[in-house]
Amino acid sequence: MERKSSVFTAFIYVCAILLAAVILAPLAWLFIMSISPAADLAAKPLRWWPQAADFSRYTQLISRAENSAGAAFTSSLRNSLEVAGMATLAAIVLAVPAGWAVSRTPSVGWSLSMVIATYMLPPVALSVPLYMGLSYLGLLNNVFGLALIYLTILAPFTTWLMKSGFDSIPREIEAAAMIDGAGLLQTWRIITLPLAAPVVATSALFAVLLAWDEFFYALLFTSDQRAKTLTVAIADLAGGRVSDYGLIATAGVLAALPPVLIGLVMQRALISGLTSGGVKG
Amino acid sequence: MSGTWMTTRAWLLMLPLLVIMVAVIGWPLVDTVRLSFTDAQLVGTAGNYVGFDNYTKMLTSSNFTRTLTTTTWFAVISVAAEMVLGVLAALLLNQEFRGRAVLRGLMILPWALPTVVNATLWRLIYNPEYGALNAALTQLHIIDDYRSWLGEPGTALAALIVADCWKNFPLVALIALAALQAVPRDITAAALVDGAGPFNRFRFVILPYLAGPLMVALVLRTIEAFKVFDIIWVMTRGGPANSTRSLSILVYQEAFSFQRAGSGASLALIVTLLVTVLAVAYATLVKKTAGSAA
Repeated sequence: MERKSSVFTAFIYVCAILLAAVILAPLAWLFIMSISPAADLAAKPLRWWPQAADFSRYTQLISRAENSAGAAFTSSLRNSLEVAGMATLAAIVLAVPAGWAVSRTPSVGWSLSMVIATYMLPPVALSVPLYMGLSYLGLLNNVFGLALIYLTILAPFTTWLMKSGFDSIPREIEAAAMIDGAGLLQTWRIITLPLAAPVVATSALFAVLLAWDEFFYALLFTSDQRAKTLTVAIADLAGGRVSDYGLIATAGVLAALPPVLIGLVMQRALISGLTSGGVKG
Repeated sequence: MSGTWMTTRAWLLMLPLLVIMVAVIGWPLVDTVRLSFTDAQLVGTAGNYVGFDNYTKMLTSSNFTRTLTTTTWFAVISVAAEMVLGVLAALLLNQEFRGRAVLRGLMILPWALPTVVNATLWRLIYNPEYGALNAALTQLHIIDDYRSWLGEPGTALAALIVADCWKNFPLVALIALAALQAVPRDITAAALVDGAGPFNRFRFVILPYLAGPLMVALVLRTIEAFKVFDIIWVMTRGGPANSTRSLSILVYQEAFSFQRAGSGASLALIVTLLVTVLAVAYATLVKKTAGSAA
């Protein structure tokens, strides 16, 4: 290999520190804002580090006192968990058989390609009839209705991931079980699903991330605490008349925690999931 | 087992997915087409058939052309910057240095941050009275007075693009890094022995490996950027003076704020058509790149 000069090494370290700073500075600032007293955030010149760390906004947001900022926040947190949970579960239930079918019977693959091509559709192209449809069914401002709509985003994605997952399980193993007299369901239960468990988990986590992040449909189809999700609640806070910017930052930190933890824990699996599309082209 | 039974079984297993997809994507899309030829309102009247009136009205309105230009600028600049920064970061992360694993781990953070939280964070950073950007730039004596970064048409779009890039370039970096790690070491070593300089090594040895994955990232990011709604809605709502209004926001306003479902639907389909043309053009390009890289 090339012998690296010390100038080059120094250059690499400078760039690495710069990159780390670019990534971390905005995130660190979000957290610092959340624990800075309101007076520090309004000070000129701005106080970059709080005189005393103040975690009261966290307790304030998690409290459930009526008509408080906390009540709106906790109900939106619960709605986000419910919608993401239901939509993910439904997406996986649809994706496992469909992904397996396409993997083992490539002649039906064109239908999955069509489903995946819908990724190109901007949500605005579906939003008007979906709004009218939900309204007709009485499912506007309803977590079930929103979870159903989220399948437009989640189901194509999870099916595609499951299909790639099943592709990497040799069909000979399944064939062997079938020759030994196992039916399709039994083969799935004993052979296929245990082998596919990691892919199911990755797909589910991706689906949770997508649902947690969704904003457009939630903005359109929810209107109060019964169904408003976290993203809508935070946008309300950011665009509203809240004078304490630290409170907005705190809501942001809390909403970011679950996906960031998932991201860090699942790093390897998420990256291979993200790049498999790139490699397969 | 016979082939017909295999195929029938495959269709049966796909049926639940296909039924749901027809219900939540297929039918709404068809209904959007129907609505686009009517003067239907969002609530109340079903509307009458008006032919192509909505389309001609939308396509000739100055709002549309202006919004199309804004969206194109947003998409082209943010995606180009994300690509360049992403590849540079990947080249850096592919070098050996202490703390590299940690830095690679950090790259997942902006990607995992919810879009709305990212938009809120940057909105706070750009705040005209208390924002960190104003504070930092004044304390460094780069600007004399606090500015309203999101409140002035001259800077609002650029400020949005910075926020979008910060969230999305790490993803490009991770995709490019995975591709870089697939480049066999003997090939780069051989090019070095043959006396290829850093630029030529990048251009002729490394780039062919990057081209495929990067093209896919480019396609996906461009489509996303063209459909952009969330980050702009939270940061500026398309303002000031509509200078950051994207096509998706224009459709939202037409169909939901003004409740004109018919013309909103026609506008939505025009956007869909634009994205589709873009995607098909890109797909052809991807196939070509994949062919030449192999």
